[in-house]
Amino acid sequence: MTVTDTVAWAAATAGLPQPFAELGLTAEEYEKIVATLGRRPTGAELALYSVMWSEHCSYKSSKVHLRQFAATAPPSGALLAGIGHNAGVVDIGQGYAVTFKIESHNHPSYVEPHQGAATGVGGIVRDILAMGARPVAVMDALRFGPADAPDTGRVLPGVVSGISFYGNCLGLPNIGGELDFDPSYAGNPLVNALCVGVMRHGDLQVAEGSGPGNKVILFGSTTGPDGVGGASVLASATFGDAASDGPASDDRASAKRPSVQVGDPFTEKLLVECCLELFAGGLVTGIQDLGAAGVACATTELAAAGTGGMLVRLDDVPLRDASLGPPEILMSESQERMMAVVEPGRVEEFLAVCAKWDVRAAVIGEVTGTGRLVMTWRGETVVDIPPASAADGPVYHRPLARPASQDALAAADPAALPRPVDGAGLRADLLALLGSPGLADKSWVTDQYDRYVRGDTVLAMPDDAGLLRVDEATGLGIALATDGNGRYCRLDPYLGTQLVLSEAYRNVAATGARPLAVTNCLNFGSPEDPAVMWQFAEAARGLADGCAALGVPVTGGNVSFYNQTGTAPIHPTPVVGVLGVHDDVRRRVGIGFRNVPAVPSRGGQGGRGAGAPRARELPGGAGGMESPRGEAKSSPRASIVLLGRTEPEFGGSAWAHVRHGHLGGRPPAPGFDAERRLAALLAAAVAAGLLSAAHDLSDGGLAVALAESCLRGGTGCRVRLPGDPFTALFSESAARAVVAVRAGRETAFGHLAEAHGVPATAIGSTGGDSLTVDGCFAIPLAELAAVHTRTLPALFGPVLSQPVVPS
Amino acid sequence: MALWHGDRGLRGVDAVILPGGFSYGDYLRCGAIARFAPVMADLVPAARAGLPVLGICNGFQILCEAHLLPGALTRNAGLTFITRDVPLRVENAATAWTRAYSGGEQIVVPLKSGEGAFAADAGTLAGLEASGQVVISYAGDNPNGSAAAIAGVCNAEGTVVGLMPHPEHAVDPLTGPSADGLGFFASVLARVAA
Repeated sequence: MTVTDTVAWAAATAGLPQPFAELGLTAEEYEKIVATLGRRPTGAELALYSVMWSEHCSYKSSKVHLRQFAATAPPSGALLAGIGHNAGVVDIGQGYAVTFKIESHNHPSYVEPHQGAATGVGGIVRDILAMGARPVAVMDALRFGPADAPDTGRVLPGVVSGISFYGNCLGLPNIGGELDFDPSYAGNPLVNALCVGVMRHGDLQVAEGSGPGNKVILFGSTTGPDGVGGASVLASATFGDAASDGPASDDRASAKRPSVQVGDPFTEKLLVECCLELFAGGLVTGIQDLGAAGVACATTELAAAGTGGMLVRLDDVPLRDASLGPPEILMSESQERMMAVVEPGRVEEFLAVCAKWDVRAAVIGEVTGTGRLVMTWRGETVVDIPPASAADGPVYHRPLARPASQDALAAADPAALPRPVDGAGLRADLLALLGSPGLADKSWVTDQYDRYVRGDTVLAMPDDAGLLRVDEATGLGIALATDGNGRYCRLDPYLGTQLVLSEAYRNVAATGARPLAVTNCLNFGSPEDPAVMWQFAEAARGLADGCAALGVPVTGGNVSFYNQTGTAPIHPTPVVGVLGVHDDVRRRVGIGFRNVPAVPSRGGQGGRGAGAPRARELPGGAGGMESPRGEAKSSPRASIVLLGRTEPEFGGSAWAHVRHGHLGGRPPAPGFDAERRLAALLAAAVAAGLLSAAHDLSDGGLAVALAESCLRGGTGCRVRLPGDPFTALFSESAARAVVAVRAGRETAFGHLAEAHGVPATAIGSTGGDSLTVDGCFAIPLAELAAVHTRTLPALFGPVLSQPVVPS
Repeated sequence: MALWHGDRGLRGVDAVILPGGFSYGDYLRCGAIARFAPVMADLVPAARAGLPVLGICNGFQILCEAHLLPGALTRNAGLTFITRDVPLRVENAATAWTRAYSGGEQIVVPLKSGEGAFAADAGTLAGLEASGQVVISYAGDNPNGSAAAIAGVCNAEGTVVGLMPHPEHAVDPLTGPSADGLGFFASVLARVAA
């Protein structure tokens, strides 16, 4: 029988040693708690501070760098709620608002891939719900160790099945994301989950515990021992060195498995519907989701943001394990729970709505005017703190230092790498890229997700961005894309982060949407390593400067530190999500070259008889673009136009990585003015109905983009490249896209490109059943498809029936 | 009109669609708990008396669990959830839900399920095929290991139909692969309007 560690007992036993180090607190932090309270903390208080002051919850190392997002945010009338809320809220017009956020669940997903990834989805969905919005879609950005590493075979299928299990059951379409592989993620995969929600303007909810006498209600799942210390012990610490832990990485993993939560998506579904009915009925004055740090976090944050005081009776928390005491109840990260603040006169109605949805609810306390967060247990006070002291947490200016190794990395210029010298070599390189795990067809993963549910999915992977219809009558919609690139960011975290932002921005623009706002998940190694901290600071500065230049504000995000194995950090991997608004989703374009009927009796590959397409610089050419002579009326072929300027930029490129295992030099130069012009051109061209396809150029350059567009639409193309074919095919210069211009609209598009100041080069036309680069190579679509689709099934298990190969 | 699982009575509706989803999370066998929902106590006798009922995906599983349809749905042969636009063949265009199609017509509709493999003993399968109770079959590759590539079956009267693919996701080319799924809904509307 243990004696409860009460406030009175703590005051009487000032010198009693406390296990602060085991809970992840430093001696200095512990002393600060003692100074704040004027006594030693009780066990419950120590638990509460340890999770609230964990890196994961307090952002103590990153806060000083994140401030510049708000400071440099461009003026934007679109922002209804910005950084500091559960998620930012953006006005998309017609009375609608959208909220979106991306968060990491990296460490749980390594320890227990299925549940770790599943609860990552659940957690971000509750963040969106807490803003008052209906969650409408999810995305996942995934990064693993080498695709053929044995542990990747354990982690990847588990992560994918977890996302599939939770998201599908919850009834949320999974509309996009990323999948990439790199040795730096071998002992520390990245599982970043994004959720987006839609609401009417008036539906915004606040996370405030205001109004003394108002009741505090905990509802959803019961509280159990799962996930105790998830935020502090698991998410805010580094995994040990694989080498010192023996053969099975499982050994490391199993020791921390109790810190991983277990997901119950059906309860989450009930919780979502229940909350939306509660909001609609005006039954809550404040709402907070329970994620990291559970009850500790929800009570402190509600109290700190509201009137300031709260009384909580921990005995009234519904438990699934009666042996739990105050510290475990506070630290538990049991999933599918929410906390609401409700006027006393509405409690009965509130509980009735919960009962309708079979959601358990309990009044566990009330808002007070005392300015103290007080918690009782079996009649005695076990917590008595000023809530802001726990909610605000420490702030560190960690030392940072640019590592000397950056110089050698920058000096390793990929210009020195051997390049293909003829068409056969270029052909082989394209196929190698297309079949590499990071660029291969991702159906093995995405087929396990439901992209259709809710019935409003207009575009989903493998298109550039996910596109959702918001209003059926007007066609208003939203586009979302996430991007990350550890290689670029390793070479230069400032420029790399800007390139990642640029790509997500461009992906959204490629659908015809206007980019509006940014969320981010900043995945880095240990903040206690000055080299990592330098990477982080550079990335944050790069993102802030990039967002200012592009005119899109950061509305929220998440920082994930301690992503390393032993002393080896992951590549710095900021993942950036961009949200755009689409005025009319019925006019959207995807990446696929249209599957148009072959033109009969034109000598097979119709283009041949009509004269080979010629590269022409636009604008400036008299009369702009025209389709190949003689085809304007009779052919449904679209003209393929390359937008933007191509420079020989191969630092961090997919080509250098796949063909040479090389990482060095400088990443491509971002061009924000060019990105804005390109995005504006794409929006205008889509709105005017000039395009049948648009695809951004990024990993693997024009070569991979053309192959993906051919495969997506089941239609080939024939192009002639301007300048050096190798550079034209594989350079990864930013601010570029390839578009298919509808037959007969070439001149109009040429004028539009000129008006927007975007370089446009007609390089060929769609059609046929091969990807043909004049003077270089021709690859039948069947061969492209085979190379593209076989990689992941070969690595992770066959799928019963392959997707139909375009014929 | 939405009928609530916990209520009794069908409120005078002319037909019922049991939609897809994850009833009770499908933590137990799919549909095994939902068949005991209070509303099922009224739905089962009404269906036996001729009320048109379409079960889609989880709804199909519930109809099998409720013994309104023969057979069962088991784990996909690949053991993973799959989402895929699949070509289907309309084998029986005489049911309450398929009259808008012609026999043998090929349509494309999304399939999205983890436990979509239709299973039945050999005698039942032979009986289903002989009596025309195989309504829809997979026309391309068998995507989930369903017996006889069966994607949908009906009761002997052709009023109760269960379907693994989701025709409601094939009603507009903007949000689906085709509008081929409209025929299921057009069929029953024509019937109840008649």
